[in-house]
Amino acid sequence: MIAFLIKRAANAAFVMLAVALLAFVIFRFFGDPVEMMVNEQATQADRIELRERLGLNDGLITQYTRFVTNAVQGDFGISYRNQQDVMVLIKERFPATFELVLVATVLSLLIGIPLGVATAVYRNSRLANALQLGSIVGVSLPSFVVGILLILGFSVTLGWLPGFGRGETVDIGWWSTGFLTPSGRAALILPSISLSTFQVTLVMRLVRAEMLETLRADYIKFARARGVPTARVQWRHALRNCLMPVITLTGMQIGNLIAFALVTETVFQWPGMGMLFIQAVTFVDIPVMAAYLMIVSFIFVALNTIVDITYAWVDPRLRDDTARAGGANG
Amino acid sequence: MEKVSTRPQTAPAAAPLRDRLAKLRDSDLWYSFRAHPSAIFAVVLLAFVAITAFLAPLITPQNPYDLAALELWNSEIPPIWDAEGQWPYLLGTDTQGRDILSAILYGSRISLIIGFASVLLALSVGLALGLVAGYFGGWIDNVIMRVGDVLLSMPFILIAILITAIASASLPTALKDVLAAPILIFAIAVPSWVQYARTVRASAMVEARKEYVQAARLIRVRAWRIMLHHILPNCMTPIMVAATLNFGLAILSEATLSFLGVGMPPDQPSLGTLIRIGNQYLFSGLWWIVVFPSIQLCLIVLSVNMIGDWLRDALNPKLR
Amino acid sequence: MQMRQLLLATAAIAGLAGAAQAENILKWGANRDIGSLDPYSYGDSFTINVLNHVYEGLVRYNKDLKIEPALAESWEILDDQVTWRFKLRQGVTFHNGNPFTADDVVASLTRVSDEASPLKGNLPAYVSSEAVDDYTVDITLNGTYPLLLNDLTNIHIFDKEWMTEHDALKPTDIGAGVEGYATYNANGTGPFIVESRQPDAKTVFVKNANWWDTPQHNLDGFELLPVNSAATRVAALLSGEISFTNDAPVQDLPRLAAAPNVSVLEGVDLRTVMIGFPFRDKLSTGGDNPFTDVKVREALYKAIDLDLIHKKVMRGKSRIAGATVAPPIPGYAPELDELPGYDPEAAKAMLAEAGVPEGLSFEFSCISDGLVNEEQFCQAIASMWSRVGLAPKLDVAPRAVQSPKRTNGKTDVYILGWATLPMLDAYSPLLQIFHTKEGNAGVFNWGGWSFPELDKLIDAAGSELDLDKRLALETEALGIVKKEHIMLPLHQQPMAWAVTDEVTDMPLFPDNKPRLWFAKVNPGS
Repeated sequence: MIAFLIKRAANAAFVMLAVALLAFVIFRFFGDPVEMMVNEQATQADRIELRERLGLNDGLITQYTRFVTNAVQGDFGISYRNQQDVMVLIKERFPATFELVLVATVLSLLIGIPLGVATAVYRNSRLANALQLGSIVGVSLPSFVVGILLILGFSVTLGWLPGFGRGETVDIGWWSTGFLTPSGRAALILPSISLSTFQVTLVMRLVRAEMLETLRADYIKFARARGVPTARVQWRHALRNCLMPVITLTGMQIGNLIAFALVTETVFQWPGMGMLFIQAVTFVDIPVMAAYLMIVSFIFVALNTIVDITYAWVDPRLRDDTARAGGANG
Repeated sequence: MEKVSTRPQTAPAAAPLRDRLAKLRDSDLWYSFRAHPSAIFAVVLLAFVAITAFLAPLITPQNPYDLAALELWNSEIPPIWDAEGQWPYLLGTDTQGRDILSAILYGSRISLIIGFASVLLALSVGLALGLVAGYFGGWIDNVIMRVGDVLLSMPFILIAILITAIASASLPTALKDVLAAPILIFAIAVPSWVQYARTVRASAMVEARKEYVQAARLIRVRAWRIMLHHILPNCMTPIMVAATLNFGLAILSEATLSFLGVGMPPDQPSLGTLIRIGNQYLFSGLWWIVVFPSIQLCLIVLSVNMIGDWLRDALNPKLR
Repeated sequence: MQMRQLLLATAAIAGLAGAAQAENILKWGANRDIGSLDPYSYGDSFTINVLNHVYEGLVRYNKDLKIEPALAESWEILDDQVTWRFKLRQGVTFHNGNPFTADDVVASLTRVSDEASPLKGNLPAYVSSEAVDDYTVDITLNGTYPLLLNDLTNIHIFDKEWMTEHDALKPTDIGAGVEGYATYNANGTGPFIVESRQPDAKTVFVKNANWWDTPQHNLDGFELLPVNSAATRVAALLSGEISFTNDAPVQDLPRLAAAPNVSVLEGVDLRTVMIGFPFRDKLSTGGDNPFTDVKVREALYKAIDLDLIHKKVMRGKSRIAGATVAPPIPGYAPELDELPGYDPEAAKAMLAEAGVPEGLSFEFSCISDGLVNEEQFCQAIASMWSRVGLAPKLDVAPRAVQSPKRTNGKTDVYILGWATLPMLDAYSPLLQIFHTKEGNAGVFNWGGWSFPELDKLIDAAGSELDLDKRLALETEALGIVKKEHIMLPLHQQPMAWAVTDEVTDMPLFPDNKPRLWFAKVNPGS
């Protein structure tokens, strides 16, 4: 087990170093940092001096090492546009994105699981077919279209819910939360629905597939044969068995949701990391782009590693790497 | 996480076309297709969209890319059924006098081409690398799969945005227009080849150990022949299902990138660009600029996904 | 136990937030964020405008845009004609409680005129300043100069002690690798104090209870909420999430005006929108540059249907312009406002005569977060030009991307809007745009042109203290600009603000700058 742990950790570290290399290449070679930093009146001598001071004349390996060392300490430099420490900017924005993703995840489970069970249990019924079709529509709707329609319907036409921003937030330490005020909670509703549409259908389809599989398993048939009530079999025994893959999927999808939140954040002007990133992209603010890439990838890799380790802990057979090679497919 | 099987299959011999058609007519797949009205609906819909999109230059009243053809006097005309609607602008015009229907058909063409090309690119790169990795193993395998791991450890959309953003920041304006579509194709393909590579690799690893491959090796059949004729056909089923579903995903990704403003430029609008532009007029009463392209985009992705879904179920023996 | 304490603390915070809502808070939804809290770090009218609520100058514009005393109470020109003596207001304190004195003025003027300051062009005649006593400052200029007061309206005064303490005596230079303290902290003398700032999300300003002037507003504070998307801004206004916007999209005005809870304030901005040309030898596409020929520039002007743009793109809300300054600007004359007359056939003929090849390709640079409907009228103009046989390549990108390209002379044809701010005089565009690029002059001469005859007139106007003579010189100079078609004026853009019924008083200014120290809201909103 220890050997496996070390192996997984080393693997994660390797991946992060590679991501850092990519971020470094972007940072170093696209948009000359010197040109971005000096103002237009700067003389050639100023530029040369700045180049020296920033260490851009050092060997590339030295520069990369320095980039990684700084990044590990949370130093990603200063934003070209806001002229502020990038890490501070991201730290300010992180709570907004995290709360949005959290609510979207909870929503996806609360809606997705019952729907998935229903479609599996009442297989081939009219309801299940409608839900199945609905789930295909769900994955086919672009999340920005969903967002636009929600704003048009609930915010503009009906005027029930806010269509942009976070509402009032309350600071608890450095964390700003929207959960504690009525306007903050109201502001969460439309963006989280829009963000969770895709995830709901994902959960629903997974639960359906797992349920169908489980319902065919011998022990379920056996339980039924023994006279355990059908509903009890379905909800207690079968569902419990499919929850593990659902939790795994949810864990692994959180990274994706954080990244995809940038679309939702753009539509709803939600002041999270994603909007920061999109604005950095339009303004070619390279330090912010590099930092966002590394932080989101870190969350992603960390979650995947944790999921893998948990799995291995639960099921020792998976500790052998080659056994997994065939299964990883999406 | 999807369940796919690698159904054993004999390598197809070069049969005459007539035999093949007959085979198709008798096959399970054809039967299943006829039994699923939603699949028929989706195929008809997609075919209709594709045909109208590719015939766009012949059937549209206007070429929306030709700046000289736009007439500002004809801007903001509502759809034809509105009292102020005007022939030939069936779905109305946008703020530049661009016919919405023409823009949608040309836009669908761009969306379909980019989606298809990126899947094709990802597929060919993924298959090639997967085969090589699985068949040869060793350090080649290690390098390819590590690169794949790194790509999969970054969210899909993020990689695509970074590629398009960096490309557009470092290209001169003159080239930007010409290269916008190729860049998008590349940006969408880069993160998606890994999935194919992994599937093929797994299958290749298994096959490469089998006796017939060992035997073929002994009689010095070339490696690429073994891969193409024996290994590849065996994993085509899951690959085709994945490719179909990814086609829908690729179209969505293109639309998302264009909506975010890092995709197709406004003078060569794809569906995503049209929605981005139309979004500015959501509250001005000009609803048709944003609504029709959105509907078209949803219909395309929906039909592709329905086909993909049906294919997956039809090819999965467990669900039959 | 700990959990309970946390809950109590949270409840207390939530209670505070509830109390804050009962105050008079105006929510300003702007189309973009300010670049920084340091007015000297960006040469950008909007940033300076917003920060004017926090920082003040020695003089200011009143409600009628006439100059009146602010931090200075009176002034005189000394006998040498180049030194101005300002008597400062006494008893003024900065937001941190420090008293305002002559040293602060000298330190601020030194900072804004620093070599690295992006704003040094806003104080072109400045040479040096000196504190005579605690409340008297002498400012020395490089010659006789009539417009110093106009310039000073937008030169904000910082606290010297505060700058020294936080190492902010020099303008922010990200090249130095340190954050500028003043970029995210502010300490002025103005009617509002910055309470908190989250870039691109929210900046909160609260009333300065110790302001030296009697407030005409009834606000307890305001929030600046950047909402980039025009559609979202409209939605937010309709649903009451913001109570004011200084940029209501013209295409949405009918809908906003029809809404029961919103009123629209309309006017014509002083900002003139113009097209500029490159005067280099080669275009960015590599071909020869035909735009140095005045005939070609005129032909391009004739190819633009100004009337159509006015009616369709600007919804009839703009004012079609033939002159490079708006009528209310001193130096304007009606004869400058003659229009070219739309004539694509003539334009075609003129282009052929000038030897411009059919299908000439050039870059046409527009800003996506720039002027009113800039992207749309750029597309319309590109389409009109392509109809006379040219092939403009539209290059639309945000300001932050386009600005460096323009200042480095890497664009061909471009759009520029100029409101003569903060000077409100024709001398402003003459000096900053049309003059040959040298020293403080021609900072916005991105095309790189040089007309010696024009320079002479501008220089003469810049040292003429007699108002009528100066304006005559300026008008003559503008005449050359027109004759040479250095830039092609399109229109003065419409100005549209909108407020919800929570706002009872919001004076609209022709320079398109909200001045919330005149704003009133319904109590409790």
